[in-house]
Amino acid sequence: MVNKSLAQRAALADCLAIFGCSVCAALGAALWLASNSGGMAFHGLLLLVASLVALGCVIEFSFDSVRQIPSGYMDGPIRVATIAALIWGVAGFVVGDVIAWQLAVPALNLDLPWTSFGRLRPLHTSAVIFAFGGNALIATSLYVVQRTCRARLPGRWAPWFVVWGYQLFLLVAGTGYLLGITQSKEYAEPEWYADLWLTVVWVVYLAVFLGTLVKRKEPHIYVANWFYLAFIVTIAMLHLVNNAAVPVSLTSAKSYIVYSGVQDAMTQWWYGHNAVGFFLTAGFLGIMYYFIPKRVERPVYSYRLSIVHFWTLIFLYIWAGPHHLHYTALPDWAQTLGMTFSVMLWMPSWGGMINGLMTLSGAWDKLRTDPVVRLLVVSVAFYGMSTFEGPVMSIKAVNSLSHYTDWTIGHVHSGALGWVAMVSFGALYCLVPWLWNRRGLYSMRLVEWHFWTATVGILLYITAMWVSGITQGLMWRAYDRLGFLQYSFIETVEAMKPYYVIRAIGGLIFIAGSLIMAYNVWRTVRGDEPIDATEQPRIAAAVNLRPAAA
Amino acid sequence: MRHEVFERNSLILLIGVLIVVSIGGLVQIAPLFWVDSTIESVKGMRPYTPLEQAGRDIYVREGCYGCHSQMIRTLRDEVERYGHYSLAAESMYDHPFQWGSKRTGPDLARVGGKYSDQWHADHLINPRSLVPESIMPSYPWLADTKLDLRETADRLRTLQRVGVPYTEEMLDKAQQDLVAQVDPDSRAAKEFMRRYPKAKVAKFDGQPGLQPTELDALVAYLQMLGTLVDFATFDASGPNLR
Repeated sequence: MVNKSLAQRAALADCLAIFGCSVCAALGAALWLASNSGGMAFHGLLLLVASLVALGCVIEFSFDSVRQIPSGYMDGPIRVATIAALIWGVAGFVVGDVIAWQLAVPALNLDLPWTSFGRLRPLHTSAVIFAFGGNALIATSLYVVQRTCRARLPGRWAPWFVVWGYQLFLLVAGTGYLLGITQSKEYAEPEWYADLWLTVVWVVYLAVFLGTLVKRKEPHIYVANWFYLAFIVTIAMLHLVNNAAVPVSLTSAKSYIVYSGVQDAMTQWWYGHNAVGFFLTAGFLGIMYYFIPKRVERPVYSYRLSIVHFWTLIFLYIWAGPHHLHYTALPDWAQTLGMTFSVMLWMPSWGGMINGLMTLSGAWDKLRTDPVVRLLVVSVAFYGMSTFEGPVMSIKAVNSLSHYTDWTIGHVHSGALGWVAMVSFGALYCLVPWLWNRRGLYSMRLVEWHFWTATVGILLYITAMWVSGITQGLMWRAYDRLGFLQYSFIETVEAMKPYYVIRAIGGLIFIAGSLIMAYNVWRTVRGDEPIDATEQPRIAAAVNLRPAAA
Repeated sequence: MRHEVFERNSLILLIGVLIVVSIGGLVQIAPLFWVDSTIESVKGMRPYTPLEQAGRDIYVREGCYGCHSQMIRTLRDEVERYGHYSLAAESMYDHPFQWGSKRTGPDLARVGGKYSDQWHADHLINPRSLVPESIMPSYPWLADTKLDLRETADRLRTLQRVGVPYTEEMLDKAQQDLVAQVDPDSRAAKEFMRRYPKAKVAKFDGQPGLQPTELDALVAYLQMLGTLVDFATFDASGPNLR
């Protein structure tokens, strides 16, 4: 009886999935044939092909195992997102390094539209933030929410749609930039139709995540899930408001944002800074709150601190946007508010850092013995550093020097490489053996190598940018004895060259580390036995392969 | 505090989060739409001509904002280097704004009129032919690509829909005006000047032929940047004092 109704529900889900794929295929075909922009027609074709492939998978699967109702946790989509994070990560780092070299050697722009800095730069930022970071967040959030709720993800197809639908969004957005389809709003470059597609994917993501929370068998919602939930809903809000646009026509790739000038600037940086605050911080704090305690097998340091730091962090972050607009045409009251809240934000940020670091109490030795723990902990240290640097840079007097210079770029990368990427690497190193049911990673020694190459790469990067940023800021405002500006603009550009080379070399070293990781993960997934199994902590193994605790 | 309420009810947690994250944005963004002093009252602002807007679309397409700001801050050295600090009014018709966040290259808010059309055309085709130390990419394809005119009127109409004060006449004549702006001394150019006073009509890309190129459009846009407001009559005190 129960089985029958479950089978019926599965059949209904399959029908809905088939219907959804058909609608998407029709939409894709319509765009492909009707659009007056070559890029948009290409994207229609992509949607058509993706929908047909999905349709084939749904049909095959539903005939194959219609009577098999899966049980346990749903890890298939998480495996896809894990691999996707790695692939996009390496791709995003490589594009980043290419544009870093372009700044040192402009001939590398190749005089072609598709390879010029202006089009590649959003490709880099989107690939690392939304593709690498986003997939890491989707993978870890769907993994964590199931384990901490002791509940399977709801939906037979919805989680698959979230993961593959998100990859399609990334593909459409990224190829769009190369073809010149962009809104030119930083970190919100995708055009209106890509934005709409992301909205659909995101709503389903929220439904899947929230549905798991609702189904949970644990009385309490674990702290990591608060952060993941805040990340998902706030990103939805930011995305919808900031991207409000009117397309030129339904078959045109071009749209115009409804806001203009100063209002658009404020809305954009409200979005932009909270893409940092909620995508790159809240979501990754969710990772910290699950993977650090899990890996070191210690409880979170302070429950009270996590409550205080959660609510203050999400409340204060939203106000910080105007610090991107100091001394501009934005009214002073808004600038001052932005600065004040940015400085206050230092406190909850460090609350989170302390909670993460102190979780190691009594297990500090693991920092020496387990390089995965070291990745996780050093990431939190970088988090602490860049969330101190941020408030300092938001002070108007400092900002007048740092703004528009490479100091900002260095700051972003100490957060993005040091915190976001390192914590993701740590989490992915945990996840891979757990998801593929392995005894451990293929090689801990390679994790060690990855840790050191990544760290050296980051340090070269951010120190080069500190020096170049402060140098350029000072040169811009330097006066000679007669009271004239001392340097022409191009002289300040020339002065940057050595630092651009150092930065690009740092990037290369960082990429080398990520390639080591890709190799290590590939060997682990392939099923090769760990070469240094005895050096790995018991927690490195999948749940059912773990030796009993001593 | 009884935090349990949030930890035991996913929906209450969701609603709590939504309320907490909404406050900052409401306080900072909403007033900008109704507080009058946000945008100064100035003389001279007009919507972009069809050609300038097409140039702006190319500026957006190529991601110029990644390296160039269009926002002169109220700092002594910036005002001396670039000119009068930027007013909010000067970007009131900018959808989207292009203030930027990085100056790998110089600010462009007042680049209009600082160099000749020919300088801009040559510089875009190969920046290092004029500035050997420049690290800007070359944009040679702009000179060879004819401007796509299929959407000209539709684009202006969309801008009108989001608040740019184009008149119906401007929309009707959009395509004609676009071509007229690269055709000096023609009758159409005279008509165009009536609709867009003080706009510049020229063969911006320096090439013969009447069909406007992308280079025409981009140079036309760059040459008007920051030139609209008459600072001889602008009064930063009084109602504009912020």
